Order: sequence, then structure tokens, then C-alpha cells
Amino acid sequence: MNEVPFAAQLNGVLAALILLTAFGLLMQRRIYGLLHLFAWQGLFLSISTAVVGYSSGLHHLYISAVLTLALKVIVLPYILYVLIHRMKIHKEVEDLVNIPTTMMIGIALVIFSYHLTAPITELSGFMTRSTLAVALATVMLGLLMMITRKKAVTQMIGFLALENGLFFAATSATNGMPLVVELGVALDLLIAAFVFGIFFFQIRTTFDSLDLKAMEKLKEEE
Amino acid sequence: MTDNISPILLEGLQVLTILVAAPIFVGWVRVLKCWSQGRASAGVFQPLRDISRLLMKDTVLAQNASWIFTATPYIVFGAVVMAGAIIPVISVDLPLSAASDIIALVALFAIARFFLALAGMDIGTAFGGMGASREMMVASLAEPAMLMSIFTVSLVSNSTSLSQMAHVMTMDPVLLRPSLAFALLSFVLVALAETGRIPVDNPATHLELTMIHEAMVLEYSGRHLALIEWAGMMKLFLFAAIAISCFLPWGIAMKGDATMLPLSFLLLGVKLAFIGVFIVAIETVMAKMRIFRVPEFLGSAFLFATLGMLSFFILE
Repeated sequence: MNEVPFAAQLNGVLAALILLTAFGLLMQRRIYGLLHLFAWQGLFLSISTAVVGYSSGLHHLYISAVLTLALKVIVLPYILYVLIHRMKIHKEVEDLVNIPTTMMIGIALVIFSYHLTAPITELSGFMTRSTLAVALATVMLGLLMMITRKKAVTQMIGFLALENGLFFAATSATNGMPLVVELGVALDLLIAAFVFGIFFFQIRTTFDSLDLKAMEKLKEEE
Repeated sequence: MTDNISPILLEGLQVLTILVAAPIFVGWVRVLKCWSQGRASAGVFQPLRDISRLLMKDTVLAQNASWIFTATPYIVFGAVVMAGAIIPVISVDLPLSAASDIIALVALFAIARFFLALAGMDIGTAFGGMGASREMMVASLAEPAMLMSIFTVSLVSNSTSLSQMAHVMTMDPVLLRPSLAFALLSFVLVALAETGRIPVDNPATHLELTMIHEAMVLEYSGRHLALIEWAGMMKLFLFAAIAISCFLPWGIAMKGDATMLPLSFLLLGVKLAFIGVFIVAIETVMAKMRIFRVPEFLGSAFLFATLGMLSFFILE
């Protein structure tokens, strides 16, 4: 345990911080708090990518680190901020399952993903292999957030957190996807944010709220 | 200094240190708090003077007080002093420390709390019962989180004995360990709850609706109150000492190394001074939370401790 290189240690700390922000997103009640946490998660992700890039000597990872920084720390939170501000959502986040229970489910998910990735970590030779469990856990926690929340905006933040987890999995398991793929994903995310924004406005003008329960009424007349 | 002080003497020295230093530490926290609020302070020795004044006063007992009420101050005081003899404060070379580990330590604090809660209900006033039930609620949530956070340190150091933990932490090369960071965070949250500091309880108020600890001991007076207050101060001191010995033990005197003692005292003073600043900083920026938010606060402490333990397995 003592011969772990410094970069791997740093990456471990960043992985822990990403996991912490993922739990923070689950526990946060205020919508602006969610945005801040999401931006922090992006920042840790970006630093972690840069660290992996430095230690593995793969320089295209720097580009994806900068891309992550620009997109997930600055642009996406800004777009969401403008959306929330325009739609005047100030209420606390409404959840279907109460927060302590969600937290317990979250812990179970982390243990589950650790168990799931344990055989893979045995096979892999990468220095960052141990963070794969954290990446999978982040994906699952994002999914959990999408399931347990009522409002469209929080579900979208859950989706973006899920994507963060996938990105982290890619850097930790395979030292990053090819640059073309990453550029494509980044563009997709940006477009997704715009589309979501348009959707939010449409949903709100139709139902007067962003509560997705209202969409259950959408049935064809017989 | 002689080369070797017998461990028994060291033990006595440590207990004496705790008895005297705990009120001074509390005094230091109060002084800092006065400064931060722009008030004139009464000096770091005021808690000592308070205790000696209370010791001289007569005790007033309620007519329906049973033996539990009169015995509790001594039990609480004894349990806390015993805990103080286990925790390595100035040296890891303590004979009692070998006899009991961290779980016994938590149990000692639990005994003290159990009797305090009983005594709170013994007189039959509304406040006592209310305080007791609140204290037990906080305790039942804080204890698992505290055990989890300490167990994380045990995992890192492969031992549940505090002396061994402090020893390993001092000897090990400094690594970036996310598990310990989480454990420390969780421990800080739990310690704030257990010692009745501000986000959970306010030690400086007797406001009826919010008090927890003060409500339980409302009926005590004279030397009983002195013992309970003294034990409370020692508890705060000991939680600071546990944090030091688990997370930042550098400079503690090792086995058979008496020459380290003066340095150990000095470093202890410096660390405690910083912890005092930290406590006051927290109490200045935070407000006391609603009692129904406390489960969530302690739930997050439990979460941090669990994350610490998980990240030990996953990342290290």
C-alpha cells in the first residue's frame, strides 16, 4: 500500500471527492446548491482527467480536461442557472423518497458497484483501476437521483451527474476515449442542455409546473 | 528529565493534566468567543474559578430525589476521568490504555450519558425528561457514526487500541488518504453533537425550548453541579484529544521516551489552541439548527464515516 505513486494517491482523493459530491447532490435540498455541487463535481473530474493525462503521458487528455472544465464547470451550470432564474424556481427540491433513505440506498449502491467492479480491477493494470468502482457508483447515484426526484430540472442534473460518472469511468478504466468521441459527447451534452431547456419551457406552459407527475395525464382519449 | 518515568507516574500525570487543562481549554474557547463577538472576556481561568465556587456552595436536593440523582454526578465524573486515563493525551505509554480499546471508551461515555438521562428524569420535572429524551435521541444517532469513523482509523492502523492507533499514525509515512479525511470530517460532526456545541446544542443558554444538555442538569446545584460541569468540560477536552491522537498525533511521547514529554506538552497546547479557534469559527458562522434537523446532520456524519470506510477498501 505504501508504494502507491503520488499521482494515484491524488487521483484517489479526487475520486473520493467526486463520490462525495455525488452524495451531496442526493442530499441537497436547494436548487442553487445542486448547481454549485454539480459545478464542483465537474471541477474535480477535470482535475482528475488532467492528473491521469499527466501520469500516463497521454496529452489528448489535457484537451478533454479543458473541455470538461469549460463545459461542465462554466457553461452547463450557467445555462441551468439562467433556466432556473427565468422560470423562477425557488422552491426546495421535492423528492419522492426521503433523504436519509435515499442516502442509505446510495451507500448500498456504492457497495454493490464495488462488488461488481472487483473482478475487473483484478485484471486491469492501470494505476487508476481502483477508481472504476467510484465511477460506476457515481453513475448509479445519478440514476438514483433521476428516479427519486419529481421535478424536471433536478432530474436533468441527475442525468448530467450520470454522464460525469461515465466520463470518469472512461478515464479511469481505459485512460480516456479517443478525442473524436469525447468531442462528440461534449457537443451532445451541450445540445442536450439546450433541448432540455426548450422542453422545460414547453412542459411548463402546458402544465403550469415542472412536476413530471403531471405528464401521466397525457393519454389519448378513447 | 530522567530517562525513564514509570508508566504509573505518567498515567497520574496525564489524569492530573486533564483535570486542570480541561477547564482552561473551555476558558480559552470562551475567551476566543468573547473576542469574536467584541465582548470583554473573563479570562481563561474563569471556568476553574466557577468550579471551585460551586464546590464550596451547599447542594439543594429536591424532596423526591432518589439515590440515582445523588450518585449520578460521581458516576459521570468517574466515567469521564476513566476515559481520560485511556486516551493517549501526552504519551502513548499508558498502562490503562492496554486494558481497554476504543469500544470500551465509547461505552464509558455511554454510561455517563445513561446516568445523566436517568437523573434528568428522576426528579420528575418536565425539563429533565425533555432534555433526557433529546439527549438519548442525539446519542443514539451519534454513537454509530462515531464508531464508524473511529473504525476507519482502526482499519488504517490495524488496531482498536487508541495508543496503537496514535503510534501507527505517527510512524506511518504521510499519504493522501481520502478515508481518513472522511473519518475526520465525520468525527468533527459527531464531536460537535456529543459535546453539545452549537449546531446541535448551545452550551451557553438556558432557553427552554432549545436546550438539551442544560435541561437535564437543571436541578443540580453546588458540588453536584460542579462535578457535572467539570465532567462536561473534560468531555470536550477528551474529544479534542481523541481527534488529536487519531488524526494528528505527531509529537506525542513514545514508549520509554520521557525526554519527549516537554515537547509533547507544548505541541498539545498548540494543537488544542488551534482546535479552540476551529470550534469558535464554527460557532460563529453557524446557527443552532432545529432539533428535527439533527437526525439529518448526524445522518450525514454517518454517511461520511461510511464513505471513509468504503474508500479505504476501494481506493487504498
